[in-house]
Amino acid sequence: MHDPGEVKITIGPQHPALKEPESFLLSLHGEKITASSVRLGYNHRGIEKACEDRTYVQDLYLVERVCGICSHSHSTCFVQAVEEIAGIEIPARASYLRTLISELERIHSHLLWLGVAGHEIGFDTLLMYTWRDREAVMDVLAAITGNRVNYGMNTIGGVRRDITPQHKEMVLKAIDILEERTKYYIELGLGESTLLKRLSGVGKLTNEDVVRLGAVGPTARASGWGRDVRKDDPYAAYAHLDFKVITNDQCDVYGRTLVRLGELMEAYSMVRQILQKMPDGPIAVKAPRKIPAGEAVSRYEAPRGEDFHYVRSNGTDKPDRVKVRAPTLANVQAVSKMLEGGYLADMSIVVAAIDPCFSCTDRLISVCDEDTQKKNTVSWESIRLKGIDWYKNQGIDFTYLNKKLARKF
Amino acid sequence: MANAIFNILVFPGFLFLFVFGFIAEYVDRKLYARFQNRVGPPWFQPFADFVKLISKQKIVPDEADVAVFKLVPIFALTASITAVLYIPVWGNKAIYSFNGDIIVVLYLLTIPTFAYFLGGWYSRSVYSMIGAVRSLTQIFAYEVPLFLCMLGPALLADTWSLSGMVAFYNQHPGYWLCNLLGFAVALISLLGKLEKVPFDIPEAETEIVAGAFTEYSGRYLALLRMALNVELVVGASLLAAVFLPFGFNLNPAAVFPLYIIQVFFIIAIVSFLRTLFARLRLDQMINFCWKYLAPLAFVQVVINLILKGILPR
Amino acid sequence: MRKPGKIAGQLIQSIFKKPATLNYPAERSGMPEGFRGKLKFNPEKCIGCKMCMRDCPTGAIEIVKVGEKKFEAKIDLGKCIYCGQCVDSCMKEALGITSEFELAKLNPDDLKITFNAENTSDSQK
Repeated sequence: MHDPGEVKITIGPQHPALKEPESFLLSLHGEKITASSVRLGYNHRGIEKACEDRTYVQDLYLVERVCGICSHSHSTCFVQAVEEIAGIEIPARASYLRTLISELERIHSHLLWLGVAGHEIGFDTLLMYTWRDREAVMDVLAAITGNRVNYGMNTIGGVRRDITPQHKEMVLKAIDILEERTKYYIELGLGESTLLKRLSGVGKLTNEDVVRLGAVGPTARASGWGRDVRKDDPYAAYAHLDFKVITNDQCDVYGRTLVRLGELMEAYSMVRQILQKMPDGPIAVKAPRKIPAGEAVSRYEAPRGEDFHYVRSNGTDKPDRVKVRAPTLANVQAVSKMLEGGYLADMSIVVAAIDPCFSCTDRLISVCDEDTQKKNTVSWESIRLKGIDWYKNQGIDFTYLNKKLARKF
Repeated sequence: MANAIFNILVFPGFLFLFVFGFIAEYVDRKLYARFQNRVGPPWFQPFADFVKLISKQKIVPDEADVAVFKLVPIFALTASITAVLYIPVWGNKAIYSFNGDIIVVLYLLTIPTFAYFLGGWYSRSVYSMIGAVRSLTQIFAYEVPLFLCMLGPALLADTWSLSGMVAFYNQHPGYWLCNLLGFAVALISLLGKLEKVPFDIPEAETEIVAGAFTEYSGRYLALLRMALNVELVVGASLLAAVFLPFGFNLNPAAVFPLYIIQVFFIIAIVSFLRTLFARLRLDQMINFCWKYLAPLAFVQVVINLILKGILPR
Repeated sequence: MRKPGKIAGQLIQSIFKKPATLNYPAERSGMPEGFRGKLKFNPEKCIGCKMCMRDCPTGAIEIVKVGEKKFEAKIDLGKCIYCGQCVDSCMKEALGITSEFELAKLNPDDLKITFNAENTSDSQK
């Protein structure tokens, strides 16, 4: 029953391949992965609960900090839901500005991903080059919004800052540079054979599995599933823009790379269209502090996939319930599937290929007893023992270590 | 006796390699950074890293075999330092030389890899063990091409001694051009031996943390890193002696700077190659080595066998 | 064309280019205009409505009445997330932002700054 050649290895919660705490338990046979499981929940921050005792204005900045890379995504998604409840129609210019920041953010996120992917397969030169080029778009974002990472651009009823002609010029200049660089990366991606060797055929996810496991974003699009909220359910100014949904049917990490590179090129053309078509007018409307009772769901195509926010209000200035479903949560189930049958060496790039953002993902679930409707409190000691047991069942024995630790303290 | 101690401890032994190792690491890191459009470390960085590691806490895992764990860095270092005694550094003659020393040098250079394997294996950590097994698997891939392409020049020179080879190629200037194919193969194999990208599979950071070195810390890690530096220098010196053997008939004081330049040239190529590629997977690496490197090295041997009959001696 | 080492050209070019790294403390790029850095406060204009306190997501700002129509602002830079919401909320433009961002201090107490009528620029407790 127990395979003697099998080795259990835990990747994470602390591991150089993972930028955030997350645990993967892999069963190895030689270098091959025979089984894998993902454990979430190392980075729960209680953001949803915290939203409930802050006002809507304060929540804007809290929700923005769900994710460091797609901060504008979460904040826009939240603010769209709030505006829907309050029945606020934002000015056209504001929606164009939101779209502009959102596309600039996509550019910076995808370039960041490309660098991380390069690093995961030991191609550090690619990391250094893409992150150097990414500075161009970061500088543009800092100039327009006033911050490099958490832009603070949205407010209920519009946006907080307008762009000036100088900004426009700056954006166009940066886009020109980046477009040229991205063309180079596409050429590199198509031509560099060591890159191809490491990326193609790795982390296979079939079209059916995408549907079954509910993958979203570039992960789904690289398996030929052309799902994109920007096209399917246009928000902000996307209905007025002309763009293609990039898909690929390679179904592997290479396909995901090409999809992201293609999306970069689309993003450049979209930014140009936005700057051209942007109407004049006010950038925000006055919003009430108290949002009438109601509920709304909002969807948004973040760089990593579909972001989903649910907001319920109760007529006060604080929301009654906020629910965030970050794109990584939808994709993380697929990772297990992609890892199986692959090599240990490909583990890090397969995980990186969904562009994971684990701290965005972690939410608390309280489990009630079905009969008594009771919630239990579990002591720290029993959690520890349960952990030891859990690992023992997985084939890793901590009993000896535990005894020794108990003696020490 | 005093001369022998001087040779082992000062030049070209321990002290010289110690300093040269730091300089080599600096050159490697600086070039690596400049290729990537970065500034790179200041000149004293490798030395500062060494001092820092020496002064840090050292942790030996409870489950590790303490004796092996502690001895491994010293084994690795000693083997590399011993190897340099047979490589011509000062003048065209090595400190010690006999017919067959090229085999000894190659085997001495294999010892560090085995030392890393032992250190990783006896660390008793999953990452270390996987790294250790990987480095042992990798040895079967690059060692054969490396040995084969060293065989070529030796056959042409009709001697098994490094000093003899250097002497031969200096008598027949231009003959080293016959070995360029072997030089290319040797450089790529050297990347495998030094565990650098694209063959840094045993210590792939994003997969198995640091491979065999995962559990090492403090002064053991410092010694291991020094062993790696010395290995880099000795490997480059070996390649310089075998494949770039010109100028060795000059005055020793003039040969020495030339030798340094040759070593830096090889280090520069190594750091260029490691910016150029993505890390290969173990199976791809073995495929590549057996499919391309070993046959190419063999072609070199055949060419040299034919040339040996044609070229005047 | 698929071949290994496609990036070689860029590598050779890079070695002759100036490094992209900014040697930070020695060279500074400077922040763009409108960068959200340290706050500034003008006590003359403050009317004590405390809208900034209400809207601050982290409770970093506190307006204290110190006399007849005189207010001072206590800002904890350690708590401040530099979102600039208080500047937007202020109806009298008493609050503003500067592009100063190098605010690290060795002692957390040094991060608590008070703006009062005597010293409008920056008086550190």
